[in-house]
Amino acid sequence: MLTPDQVVETYFLEARHQLLEIAALLDRLDAAVARAGREPGVVATAKLAALREAIAVLSAELPTRERTVALLELFAQA
Amino acid sequence: MQIIQPHYHAIARTAQDYERMAMSGVVAVAEPAFWAGFDRLYPETFIDYFRQISEFEPTRAAQYGIRHFCWVAVNPKEAENPTLTREVLKHFPEFFAKPTVLGVGETGLHKSTKNECESLEAHVELAMRHGQLVLIHTPHLADKAHGTRKVLEVLAGMKVDPERIWIDHVEEQTIKPCLDAGYWVGFTLYPITKCSPKRAVDMLEKYGTERILVNSSADWGPSDPFTLQECILEYRRRGHTLQEALHVFHNNPCRFLGQNPKFDIQPIRVETLAEARV
Repeated sequence: MLTPDQVVETYFLEARHQLLEIAALLDRLDAAVARAGREPGVVATAKLAALREAIAVLSAELPTRERTVALLELFAQA
Repeated sequence: MQIIQPHYHAIARTAQDYERMAMSGVVAVAEPAFWAGFDRLYPETFIDYFRQISEFEPTRAAQYGIRHFCWVAVNPKEAENPTLTREVLKHFPEFFAKPTVLGVGETGLHKSTKNECESLEAHVELAMRHGQLVLIHTPHLADKAHGTRKVLEVLAGMKVDPERIWIDHVEEQTIKPCLDAGYWVGFTLYPITKCSPKRAVDMLEKYGTERILVNSSADWGPSDPFTLQECILEYRRRGHTLQEALHVFHNNPCRFLGQNPKFDIQPIRVETLAEARV
């Protein structure tokens, strides 16, 4: 099994890549909103809300339960 | 759809790549000189490497109907040996005379050291003196923004023709200053460490398609030449037309590389038979 440092070292680049993809998705959304001539923040779908809530879950340093379980339950309702 | 792979390290790949690229529309690849994974010690090692990519690789690609072009350079990772760099540079003109050598690349920066900057300057100066195109590597990951600024600083202090220089591996934080300065830029698609196909399409939509090349930079590390086709699929899936895709993935490489007359593949325009009045 990996040590804590090994977990970070082993998966840092992969996580960086995945976070950049999420950042790009949100930038893509903003660009689409601007092209459509709509006000920022007006897109309010359940899926988008779930994504934003998931990001908040990931930001918690000491979650009350496993993040993966929390996200799966969250997405099940989206 | 016809596709050009502008940055492809063929010597690190198997013939299966060529076969699959040919089956998926790739008509030409251009191979910049690359780092071998270890620092080479002898000028002769580079000379043989340049012979391999300028003489042998075109024959391997030709078996699959793919045109193969190349570039010569001492990779930035090996620029810490200025004596070696100087010795290798002396041999560049003999390769400029070869029928498939397009110019000097990939030179550039890795850690942006003094030796690297001097090597970059020497490469660019030699290329300009011989009327060659230039392909410049920018650093990866944490050094990207700083290294790209440094590349622009070095170039700004030289007499260069920006339209003949391609600054490669740009990302969201480095594309604008390179385009603003009049250079061509390249997006390099990697599975993890560089730009992704989706992010590349985002940048095409944000910055337009002029003076932009997209490449997969397939090499001996974790890489995939078909990230280029993945990018084309993403581009088309977002509603861009076949002609727009050809503009980016075939015609732009023709426009930049075609500044060297050895690269004689012409841009393509699609039209229906009715339009062509056949």
